[in-house]
Amino acid sequence: MSHAKLASIFNKDEKKVDWHDKALWFVRHKRDKTVHHVKGWEDLRDLGHGIKAHMLSNLDTYLEDFEANAKKNGVEVHWAADAQEHNQIVHKILKDNNAKKVVKSKSMLTEECHLNPFLEADDIEVVDTDLGERIVQLAKEPPSHIVLPAIHKNKHEVDELFQEHLGTKPCDGDPQYLTGEARKHLRQKFIEADAAITGVNFAIAETGGFVVCTNEGNADMGVHLAPVHIACMGVEKIIPKQEHLGVFLRLLARSATGQPVTTYSSHFKKPREGKKMHIVIVDNGRSEQLSRPDFRASLHCIRCGACMNTCPIYRRSGGHSYDATIPGPIGSILSPGKDLTKHSTLPFASTLCGSCSDVCPVKIDIHAQLYKWRQIITKNTPQPFVKKKSMQIMGSIFAKPKKFEKVGKIARWSLRNLPKSVINSKPNTWGKTRDLPTGPKQSFDDWYNERQQNKKND
Amino acid sequence: MKVGLFIPCYINQLYPQVGKATLELLEKLNVEVVYPSGQTCCGQPMANSGYESESIGACNHFVNNFKEFDYIVTPSGSCAYHVKKHYDIIPQTDDVTKVRNNVYELCDFILNVLKIKDLGASFPHKVGVHKSCHGLRGLRLGSCSERVTPEYSYIEELLKEVRGVELMPVKRGDECCGFGGTFAVTEEAISVKMGKDKIKDHLESGVEVITATDTSCLMHLEGLVTRNKQPLKILHIAEILNSNI
Ligand code: SF4
Repeated sequence: MSHAKLASIFNKDEKKVDWHDKALWFVRHKRDKTVHHVKGWEDLRDLGHGIKAHMLSNLDTYLEDFEANAKKNGVEVHWAADAQEHNQIVHKILKDNNAKKVVKSKSMLTEECHLNPFLEADDIEVVDTDLGERIVQLAKEPPSHIVLPAIHKNKHEVDELFQEHLGTKPCDGDPQYLTGEARKHLRQKFIEADAAITGVNFAIAETGGFVVCTNEGNADMGVHLAPVHIACMGVEKIIPKQEHLGVFLRLLARSATGQPVTTYSSHFKKPREGKKMHIVIVDNGRSEQLSRPDFRASLHCIRCGACMNTCPIYRRSGGHSYDATIPGPIGSILSPGKDLTKHSTLPFASTLCGSCSDVCPVKIDIHAQLYKWRQIITKNTPQPFVKKKSMQIMGSIFAKPKKFEKVGKIARWSLRNLPKSVINSKPNTWGKTRDLPTGPKQSFDDWYNERQQNKKND
Repeated sequence: MKVGLFIPCYINQLYPQVGKATLELLEKLNVEVVYPSGQTCCGQPMANSGYESESIGACNHFVNNFKEFDYIVTPSGSCAYHVKKHYDIIPQTDDVTKVRNNVYELCDFILNVLKIKDLGASFPHKVGVHKSCHGLRGLRLGSCSERVTPEYSYIEELLKEVRGVELMPVKRGDECCGFGGTFAVTEEAISVKMGKDKIKDHLESGVEVITATDTSCLMHLEGLVTRNKQPLKILHIAEILNSNI
């Protein structure tokens, strides 16, 4: 279904839209307050952009360095070309270790690879341990936001979900009670787990170590208790040096939630005595995106979610309307690279207002890339006949002033003389809820020519 | 200084009063301004819809109309932005480069080229400014709330000098109104919701007149205001700067 269609369904409940909009705007606003206190914020963004650009230009070297250093630290490194391979690798590690119960800390990559259903098909229990992730997992829904996965659900919906799945008492959506119950429930899962899967926020080529950022400490809980740790990362998560970490940690949390730093920035380097650590490095379409000069900067993304919070369309259409693992502005430039036809409406789900590019901590020119995808999509995917034809006609009118004048005259006459019921009939989507301007008798052109004539005659 | 006036297609046909105000204002400021007849459109509607190639005729036509001028001034931030930003699709001849470098949005031109602030206008009303996105984040006609930069706004600098104007602050000063060209039609539900929210923000702060540098945003807002019979007037910034009530 197109983004517009899904968004209009979401918009049927205006109160919910208002609430969703306000909740995300609150986060965006909090972000503003913290970043405006950082001296040199814009320089920091430049720095982040520069490091990422440099990394992408030397990706092969840095990946090899990372692999070598991680191996030196006693970590097993695996490479996956696509989602399928990623899932198989993870599955094999679990099998080799007799792992039946897995706790996962939020990772959009495993979401992108659809790891959960793959493992569940073989009777492996996978529990998402981030509270928001757990909520959507219980609701059997995908996350609707990359940082706030359950932002589309209010506390009453969570209350009901927990009653159904965790046997909690009705509590009128009391957040304290609900989080307390979730904690108890998750604690049990942490204790029972045979393996822990985490994502990776930053992998450092120089040291072979990596960092996982969470606000709930769930990555640590999982990793510290389970005998096996599997970390899954996209190739673009590499940063060259340890010293670069400070740049990204400062950018990430502030942009994501307005916190100065994430509550837990957990550094992992080597397995503890008697335990195992694996890293799965995944491509899954990233090198293809890297090969597109206009779109390679989309790989700078550090998944802070700020572009979603700031996007006036995302806030009013909900993450699920994007029907993609990564929704919102960044998703709209990543997804067409994966499946142009399926995601052909996403680059059009924008007014090109540019707020996303200005908020992005690593300065991805998101709105410019949306514009560029539009040009590619109209050439390479089936387009509605009416749209194509009308664009051709418009193009020819604007290239010929005489035609333009004629068409303008007809349009103005119609707006003035046709009854409202005809003007606002079905084919005119504009007129469903908005009036069209009343057509003036004279165009500017007519007025100007008359004025020039009068001047001459005077 | 020879200035060419560009009146965008929809202003020409639907909002001629905006064109008149622009011309009169520039003449008042003693600018030698010419309106080349037979002009049409900058090509933006096709290009933003993904049909850049269909806009080539319009781009060439635009350059031909305006290549003779030292400056090209238009009461539309988004058209000026389009010429500056997206005219890569035609060969970059000297004429094309010249036109792209010298096209200006009206307020930007008055403030930064003519270097005039007080235009002798008066307009005793409570005014709310809508900062149209292409002007704001494209041409940087003002600072944006996302970026950590000193605060400024060309449109407000000019309005402050207008006698009687009371500038009303709104909560989300630089959020998009939801027009977005064909977006207004293809994503009708979201577009309308954004417009409604924008209007609510202005109404809640006691605004009587909403103004902007772009008639396209204003057409969308006006469409909602008239349909819902809301107590707001919609005027282009040129109309306010040119008024003397
Ligand atoms: S594109 Fe930029 S703003 Fe959006 S999630 Fe990625 S880093 Fe954050």
